Amino acid sequence: MFWLTWRQFRTQAAVMFAAVAAFAATLAATGPQLADLYRTAGSSLVDQVSSPDQTLYYTGLLIVLAVPAVIGMFWGAPLISRELETGTHYLAWNQGVTRTRWLATKLGLGAAASMTAAGLTSLAVSWWSSPIDRAVNGGGATDTYFPRLDPVAFAARGVVPVAHAAFAFVLGVALGLVIRRTLPAMATTFALYAAVQISAPLWIRPHLAAPDRTTVPIEPGGAPISIQEGARQIVAHPEVPGAWETSQQTLNAAGQPASVPASFADCLHTEAGPPTLQQFEGCLADLGALGYQQQVTYQPAGNFWALQWAETGIYLGLALALTGFCAWWIRRRVT
Amino acid sequence: MIEFHLNSRSGLPPYQQLVQQVRHALRLGLLKEGDRLPTVKDVAKQMAVNPNTVLKAYRELEHDGLVAARPGVGTFVTRTLADATLAAHGPLRKDLQRWLTKARLAGLDDESIEALFMSTFRDAAGEDVA
Amino acid sequence: MSAVLRARGLGKRYKQRWALQSCDLDVPAGRVVGLVGPNGAGKSTLLNLASGMLTPTAGTIEVCGGRPAAGVEQLAKVGFVAQDTPVYSALSVADHLDLGKRLNPNWDDAVARDRIRRLGLDPKQRAGKLSGGQRAQLALTLGIAKRPELLILDEPVAALDPLARREFMQDLMEAVAEHELSVVLSSHLVSDVERTCDYVIVLVDSHVQVAGDIDDLVACHHRLTGPRRDPDTLPAGQHVLTASHTDRQTTLLVRTDTAVHDPTWTVGPLGLEDIVLAYMTRPADAVRDTRPALEVLRCSG
Repeated sequence: MFWLTWRQFRTQAAVMFAAVAAFAATLAATGPQLADLYRTAGSSLVDQVSSPDQTLYYTGLLIVLAVPAVIGMFWGAPLISRELETGTHYLAWNQGVTRTRWLATKLGLGAAASMTAAGLTSLAVSWWSSPIDRAVNGGGATDTYFPRLDPVAFAARGVVPVAHAAFAFVLGVALGLVIRRTLPAMATTFALYAAVQISAPLWIRPHLAAPDRTTVPIEPGGAPISIQEGARQIVAHPEVPGAWETSQQTLNAAGQPASVPASFADCLHTEAGPPTLQQFEGCLADLGALGYQQQVTYQPAGNFWALQWAETGIYLGLALALTGFCAWWIRRRVT
Repeated sequence: MIEFHLNSRSGLPPYQQLVQQVRHALRLGLLKEGDRLPTVKDVAKQMAVNPNTVLKAYRELEHDGLVAARPGVGTFVTRTLADATLAAHGPLRKDLQRWLTKARLAGLDDESIEALFMSTFRDAAGEDVA
Repeated sequence: MSAVLRARGLGKRYKQRWALQSCDLDVPAGRVVGLVGPNGAGKSTLLNLASGMLTPTAGTIEVCGGRPAAGVEQLAKVGFVAQDTPVYSALSVADHLDLGKRLNPNWDDAVARDRIRRLGLDPKQRAGKLSGGQRAQLALTLGIAKRPELLILDEPVAALDPLARREFMQDLMEAVAEHELSVVLSSHLVSDVERTCDYVIVLVDSHVQVAGDIDDLVACHHRLTGPRRDPDTLPAGQHVLTASHTDRQTTLLVRTDTAVHDPTWTVGPLGLEDIVLAYMTRPADAVRDTRPALEVLRCSG
């Protein structure tokens, strides 16, 4: 059974691993220079990265984010739906191998290849980007590069891409099994995987490790402050290097959660155009004088690996649950 | 060696067609005592016919004492039908010719003669069975 | 002889529609069984239930003494060539043999290689490039070399031209003679069934109409022609399948296990095709009443 699975899978696997190898080689060629630069420049590295390396940084992020999605769509979704579509499952299921073993072999080999591909890609990119990540965690400017905990970078570093790939692959297989047609299964896999990837940092990841809280005064010259929703909300950015801010809350003079008073919006009101800087600082000072403060909840940089392992566990658990679903479905519900 | 064929429009079941073809060949002297019939597998393959059908035909021929199966060797003709029946053909044919002349004189055309013959033949066969 | 296929109250429902209903069958081993019936009658459903591709909604089915596809041992006993004879288009002919060899405990490699050689197939040819006839032959090779006790074929020759069809049937009959296989095949060509099968199952509108030895069926079905008469006045042992009348004449197709002695009838023989067509054209209420089908099993000519 392994032979047949490998025989059917080897071309796709070869294409994927060749692409991964080519990309890893590119990273290997430029990585050492970046590491040298960090040794000499430290956190100010962020201002000295060459433009090609900057492109490579973003390319790396994109590739690690894309690999699980591509695996789910191009390896997972067609794995069984193509057999159902062409009727070859009739051939396969009437050899001397039970469907459960057939499925187990296909899932096992596919998941192992998926996790390896995603793992190697993530390893290469994490290694290459580590000087930049360290520079950012050490206090380097974050206007060009993401802290490792930022949702964009988090899914492209460490071990979570391995779990993402396993999940995306089994998700594709399960949808292919249920939908039974390759193209719709691929589209649905992409849509569902993207939805899960967007939901995770919004609603799940912030709760996977104990966050830190800090309360900053509202005053000109303090932590940078921006306003949202027509000055009804305030967002403060305390200088905690490498942190991921997960929620904001304005507190009144009594230290109770409160909404931003209407006087603040009135103060910022202009006949036309945005308020001037002096006006903005004046209004902030007034608000601060009323006793208002801003509470910021964030995941500190030190929680990176705790969050990585927790999220890895969740995605692997989902992949296992979907595997169980596939095994049930193929025995009870197919044809 | 005899080569079989099947006629899907004959109305006879396939195994009876095989039996008939062997009898016919025996009558015409195409098959003689000691001749070997093709193996069941060869007939099945050549005619795309069920081997059980061929077996059934051979068993019927065996039951009639026309052939004998020697296990592992084949099925062989043990008797011929040629002499006995050919000798009887002459007088019978003459009787039939006389009857046909009578039928024509009675005003029967070819079709009526054929219908009369077939229905009488079938009735007689039916009585034999019953 | 033991039954190679036994069904009791077998039924399969897809959402609201029953594809097969209250099916009772006892097919003896060592036979070549023809499953005939109009399109959509449930032939494929029955064969898919027998191969374990489907699970029954009602009743039970047993094949070679076990539940279909219940395990490796059971899978080895039954070969199945599905409709349109699917093969892996990206794999070569040799790959398919390799697949069969690796996945089947009783695989007969000599038979497989010999067949491919005699068919004149290039082992390196990709299966996707084979003609319909060659593909069917490849699928049949996999089915035969697996050395099953029962080989199930779903419309194996439906898509083939007459020459390819004949070659396929020749090879199938040769395998039956050689390996003592039981075979169940569905077809809508009664002439093929008459030639290659010795047992027939007629399936109409999801109900088994009649099942039995072909020679027995031929022996106990007759065409009666005679002066016009009400079919209800026939003796109890004679079941009318179809009746047609002109102003003077009545023609009946009847099933009876005793000889017809009434001298007013002219009794004519029926070929398998006539019998099958008679069951297919019966009125709908007779089709759904499955009792007569079982009585026929006892009819011994």
